[in-house]
Amino acid sequence: MIAFIARRLVTSFFVLLAATMVIFGLTSIAGDPLADLRELPGPDRERRMADRIERMNLDSPVWVRYLSWLGNLFRGSLGVNRDGQDVGVLLREALSATLQLVVAATVLAVVIGVIVGIISALRQYSTFDYGVTLAAFVCFSLPLFWVAVMLKQYIAIEFNDWLRDPVIPPLIIGVLAVAAGLIWAAIAIGDRRTKLTAFGAGAAVTVVTLTLLSATRWFADPGIGVVGLAVLAGGTAIGLTVLISGLQYRGPLYAALAAAGIGVLLSEILDPVLADPSWTEMFGLALVTAAVCAGLGYGLGGLLRRQAITGAVATGLVTGGLIFLDRMLQSFAAYSDRVRGRPISTIGSRTPNFTGDFWETNLDAAGHLLLPTMALILISLATYTRYSRSSMLEVMNLDYVRTARAKGLPERTVITKHAFRNGMIPITTLMAVDFASVIGGAIVTENVFGWQGMGNLFIEGLQQVDPAPVMAFFIVSGTAIVVFNMLADIVYAYLDPRIRLS
Amino acid sequence: MTISAPASGAAQGMTVVARTQGQMVRRRFFRHRAALVGMLAFGGVVLLAFTSIGIGPIPGWWDKSYLTTGSLVNQGRPTLSVVPQFLGGEGIRFGEHPFGQDNIGIDYFALTMRGAQQSITVAFIVAIVATTVGTLAGAFAGYFRKLTESVIMRLTDVMITIPILIIAAIVGRTFGDSGIVILAVCIGLVTWPTLGRLVRGEFLSLREKEFVEAARAVGSSAGRIIFRHVLPNTIGVIIVSATLAVANAVLLESALSFLGVGVQPPDVSLGQLIDTYRSAMTTRPWLFWWPGVFIIAIALSINFIGDGLRDAFDPRQTRVRA
Repeated sequence: MIAFIARRLVTSFFVLLAATMVIFGLTSIAGDPLADLRELPGPDRERRMADRIERMNLDSPVWVRYLSWLGNLFRGSLGVNRDGQDVGVLLREALSATLQLVVAATVLAVVIGVIVGIISALRQYSTFDYGVTLAAFVCFSLPLFWVAVMLKQYIAIEFNDWLRDPVIPPLIIGVLAVAAGLIWAAIAIGDRRTKLTAFGAGAAVTVVTLTLLSATRWFADPGIGVVGLAVLAGGTAIGLTVLISGLQYRGPLYAALAAAGIGVLLSEILDPVLADPSWTEMFGLALVTAAVCAGLGYGLGGLLRRQAITGAVATGLVTGGLIFLDRMLQSFAAYSDRVRGRPISTIGSRTPNFTGDFWETNLDAAGHLLLPTMALILISLATYTRYSRSSMLEVMNLDYVRTARAKGLPERTVITKHAFRNGMIPITTLMAVDFASVIGGAIVTENVFGWQGMGNLFIEGLQQVDPAPVMAFFIVSGTAIVVFNMLADIVYAYLDPRIRLS
Repeated sequence: MTISAPASGAAQGMTVVARTQGQMVRRRFFRHRAALVGMLAFGGVVLLAFTSIGIGPIPGWWDKSYLTTGSLVNQGRPTLSVVPQFLGGEGIRFGEHPFGQDNIGIDYFALTMRGAQQSITVAFIVAIVATTVGTLAGAFAGYFRKLTESVIMRLTDVMITIPILIIAAIVGRTFGDSGIVILAVCIGLVTWPTLGRLVRGEFLSLREKEFVEAARAVGSSAGRIIFRHVLPNTIGVIIVSATLAVANAVLLESALSFLGVGVQPPDVSLGQLIDTYRSAMTTRPWLFWWPGVFIIAIALSINFIGDGLRDAFDPRQTRVRA
């Protein structure tokens, strides 16, 4: 293992070194680094050109410049860009913006993609399966930048306009209801009657919900409320218990329900703390929640103590997340007023000079993240859906799954315990490989939404024939790719003991 | 359907028709409905793009040029209408400027067709170059092993470390000014490693097979073994990757052009059109719609063709398609 890591690190180092050479060379010959100065009028021109030649060492050949850049790198400095700014400082700011963007998008894409992929696999050759396949193909063929500009126009601008008077027209309600009904009917298995029932129920629930939301002008001043919170938390508790341990034994169900109940109660009791908390307090609360819920699971779990602990902790954390969401939504009206009724933003990573309490600043960040994240999710979602579907199908056809069914295990156990765990092993590799495409996607997304991130650093450096920022970008992305690939191999070998690292 | 007649014959216990590998692949491909629709759609787009405004000096059937400006008709709104009159629309008609006009009165249909021509050309050159280089590199690495393999594989390692958009952007910035053919060749030269690795993998297992040993025993040269014996057995992998490479190249080229490091004016491509008219989204959204629709149409139809080919070459994958 250690020998494997050491050897990988050494080869990776030389591979990265060679790649820096290629990129530095190509960037340096990509154009004229003095192009913008040549068009300057007046006597200033000669002096500034001389300045830049001096700063970028343009008198020496490319390989000398490369070696001096490399020397600086080993001394821990990323050099200066053509205007003399320290690239290290620029990189730090850009990195935090890009990480916000990429992490949220990747996590959401993995979660949604895997869930959709598994449902699609379990309902193989159903309408839902074909629909998902078609949607995945469309996603594969979408030009990201085009989608991003469309989102900007139709989601942000029109949605913001609509929020001024948030009434859903009956026609839209009808269309959405039919769509929801069709999705439910596609997922349902059984004869025509079951499908029709699923369609009717799905459509009816959608109509009622949307009409209520529209009539009470919920979108102008949203929130979940205690009742909604209790219903959602209870539903989460039951749903998670069904998935994790089944309802055969009552212990885990009671533990999860208790966790949900305590969470709802605490959301009222802790009101003074939750009015304007800090991230440290939120983190502390999450830890306390996990500890208390683990205790509940231990105490009430009975025979299925381990599953009860997992279920209770998961329920507690989801309930905490719901409370967080509720608080965010509650401060939505105030926030919307402060940004003059344009809560969904299309440019940059935060509103300039915006100050507010904890919830408002988070809403601000979320409003800015929403569209770029949606765009980024679209490109990776299709990959995760297809891979988890095919990997799940492959596993479901294996002998050990048949054995599990043959010895009388319930289908839930077969899927979650036997098939799911092995089916998800290939996804770990995919996550590492996908990282490279997410970085590429981030360049386009940042460009459309005007984020000052890594992609922006790269494209600007490339346009200005300025190698230092381009190299800084590559050092981070290249190292990340190498490290992620190595981690993927190690995790794969750990999850699948048949694989030997050598 | 005439193609399925022998199959039903076989099912009734009558004579089984012997088919070559190629015939079986063709049969399976033509039974894949999505792939067939994809092929028709792609053929339609290519025909439309190349016959409408013509190629170079050869004129097409569309009477307007993508170079001449004109007076704005109805603020340049598209005149294309597809809603029939009995449904309350304006009837099915093309009109003077089906896709509208841009702000200086250039016919946008002609411009979009020109962009589609260029994008398709770039995509095909990229795919051909990448496939040729990837196949050769993979074949040599897999067949000769030893030093050849180390050198080629380390080269692919280096290139795979660099995200594809990054290396393509750098190459595009460096060579984008020299016209679309050079640009396409350069992009092809940096996108081959994935296919190279696939082909090498195939060669590694095929070179140990008996028929290769037999060929070597009768004194065939290395070139003959590679090109006559082993390569035909990897043709499925290569054709499928080449098809998907065209789809990816369309998207890659348009992304590069959108970022300003791909096709440079006065050349036009679909991505470059979107970039040019990006700020017109609120006032003239159609300038933005059409190129995007064509990019999606091209990429989607080729992706379906690729999927059909994959199933046709490897029927084992039909049941569990990735």
